[in-house]
Amino acid sequence: METMVHIFLMGKQYEVPSNLTIMKAMEYAGYQLIRGCGCRNGFCGACATIYRIKGDRELKACLACQTKVEDNMYVATLPFFPLVKQVYDIEKVSPTQQIMMQLYPEIYACIGCNACTKSCTQDLNVMQYIAYAQRGDFEKCAEESFDCVMCGVCSSRCPAGISHPQVAMLARRLNGKYLAPKSEHLENRVREIKNGDFKELLEGLMQKPLEEMQELYNHRDIEK
Amino acid sequence: MYTKEMLESMKKVEANREANAVLEPRRMTAEEKDTLLKTYHPDYRQEEFDVLAIGPNKGEKVPKELAALLQANSRIQPDQIDLSHVDYDVDVLIIGGGGAGASAAIEADNAGAKAMIVTKLRIGDANTMMAEGGIQAADKPNDSPAVHYLDAFGGGHFAAKPELLYKLVTEAPEAIQWLNDLGVEFDKAPDGTMITTHGGGTSRKRMHAAKDYSGAEIMRTLRDEVLNREIPVVDFTAAIELILDENGKAAGAVLLNMETQEILIARAKTVVIATGGAGRLHYQGFPTSNHYGATADGLVLAYRAGAKLLYPDTLQYHPTGAAYPEQIFGALVTEKVRSLGAKLINVDGEVFMHPLETRDVSAASIIRECSDRGKGVATPEGTGVWLDTPMIELKGGEGTIEKRIPAMMRMFAKYDIDIRKEPILVYPTLHYQNGGIDISSNGQSSIENLFVAGEAVGGIHGRNRLMGNSLLDIIVFGRNAGRNASAKAKETTVGALTLAHVDAYAKEMKEAGITSDMVSPKLLPDYRRNK
Repeated sequence: METMVHIFLMGKQYEVPSNLTIMKAMEYAGYQLIRGCGCRNGFCGACATIYRIKGDRELKACLACQTKVEDNMYVATLPFFPLVKQVYDIEKVSPTQQIMMQLYPEIYACIGCNACTKSCTQDLNVMQYIAYAQRGDFEKCAEESFDCVMCGVCSSRCPAGISHPQVAMLARRLNGKYLAPKSEHLENRVREIKNGDFKELLEGLMQKPLEEMQELYNHRDIEK
Repeated sequence: MYTKEMLESMKKVEANREANAVLEPRRMTAEEKDTLLKTYHPDYRQEEFDVLAIGPNKGEKVPKELAALLQANSRIQPDQIDLSHVDYDVDVLIIGGGGAGASAAIEADNAGAKAMIVTKLRIGDANTMMAEGGIQAADKPNDSPAVHYLDAFGGGHFAAKPELLYKLVTEAPEAIQWLNDLGVEFDKAPDGTMITTHGGGTSRKRMHAAKDYSGAEIMRTLRDEVLNREIPVVDFTAAIELILDENGKAAGAVLLNMETQEILIARAKTVVIATGGAGRLHYQGFPTSNHYGATADGLVLAYRAGAKLLYPDTLQYHPTGAAYPEQIFGALVTEKVRSLGAKLINVDGEVFMHPLETRDVSAASIIRECSDRGKGVATPEGTGVWLDTPMIELKGGEGTIEKRIPAMMRMFAKYDIDIRKEPILVYPTLHYQNGGIDISSNGQSSIENLFVAGEAVGGIHGRNRLMGNSLLDIIVFGRNAGRNASAKAKETTVGALTLAHVDAYAKEMKEAGITSDMVSPKLLPDYRRNK
């Protein structure tokens, strides 16, 4: 016999098995989810959820697909949180501090309350990556924010009105495009292909009879 | 967290770890693989397939669950749809907001076409977001597109359409460059050399990655780019039927607002189907690693309109889905875990196969270990084998797991399993639709002006896909579809819109004596409890 717990979905009480995630508990209770459900595996940020355990003063945040229900849990989903996303041309921006001042000046209004970090569903040091963004240190901002799933919980708790995930998104693109070292071998290979270097070899392969291809495949040399 | 029985077995895994780590297991011969697949791979369970009675693939077998949807009723009554009231009028209509759809939109926009994405969830709610391990491209000096071709062709059982595979491998390095230029971060050495690893069935280390968030990093960047270009994205809106014009060309879609149930009409000069896979149909009762919307909608829409499918009978069961704990049952454990050195171990602590065989072979081998050989570890949901993650730290040094596969570490840590110290339990999970809609190398299906990209396509990979070739194909064929659909749009004048094909299909069903109480496309699975 499975153990049951009492939870409150949008304020209404349901009895659900204790081993379910919040998302599965909602389905168990009868919700056919449309919003607030995406990859169901902690990568997409669609199921941002806030909850409070009865009697506890702290309002916690989580992803519904990644968190088990608890007895007396009050759950409210946050399936859409309107973040500020500034539009820019990645080809025309440059990786300097000015770009942050221009697109996301509110990051300089951060009061250091750390509510973002405390609420992060991925346990990231959000306030720290915003500090890196303020300084124009995009490499560090990119690294620190890398595991962000852009659920928006941090922004829902920010008194300065910062859209942290979008700031980090900009930092990562600047880092990936402009700051990370170029890959010479990649550029060479693209050039060789454009030059038609492998065309003959490939077309030869494509015309080989099946038996010959099987022979080639079964005896190919595999890099250690 | 683990049960007593699991802990007993784990002791054997630990005792053998050092010896197992240095072991280089033999790879199976072609004949061994053949027999293994025929005996244990789910694709060979004849009773799980039905033969289609109507449509372009009449007489061919497909999974029962797919057959039921392909031969189900439309969600609309064509005579009740007012096609003269057009809500959206665009050049290129892209159905699906994953990696393929976003890539197509960006290229269509580059070509000056008016593109629009419709998606039943949000842009980025897609299998692309969940791809962990990496993306292949033959860009190292010891590698070449020809070697990549041979790996993929053989891995797919020599069934790929050569012209599609040629395109995939020759445009791969450029795809990586395109992504990098958009700002996608890849794992690189300080001198810029891409850090690449093996995947199952690769003969060169050509797996590029962004930790184990490779797909997420690609998807969020593509999404950001779509938004920067202000390409319209209509979310929570599903395409429920294609619209053709009087000349039989694809010319739009009937849309359904998922929340209000409002019907909307989109007219377009060309249409791109980028609707992804089918994991949420749970073929043969398997759990899935797929996102919530993976219900083969594009296949249903296209088939009803007369497009041919290719290899719809072949599915990929990813060898390593999480088998425990039950909260993450079926979730993907990236192949990169094995690329980095973890081996598959049975209940007695023995290595039973080479960890980097192709996915179909690995899945079949795990199923054999857990069934006939009786060497699986019992779990609440069934059975599983060990994936000995601590071997990674043994091989790559302390900290390798945190640096290279942080998502995996996080996923299990939520259930108090530290994968740096304890192995994990895995079992095959429904992962990928190898087949799909048949296309030519310009990305067009057998219906004029209907283009297809991404997992909805069949034939790029043959009958099994290698790790890292799907993230690659959504980019290569997504861009390809976007470019060709926009070029075609320029020379297209749309004739009078019609849904006659929907009526014709219903008639064909009736004539074949098929009655169905289902409607399709399915749009979303229903996981509500049966009371």
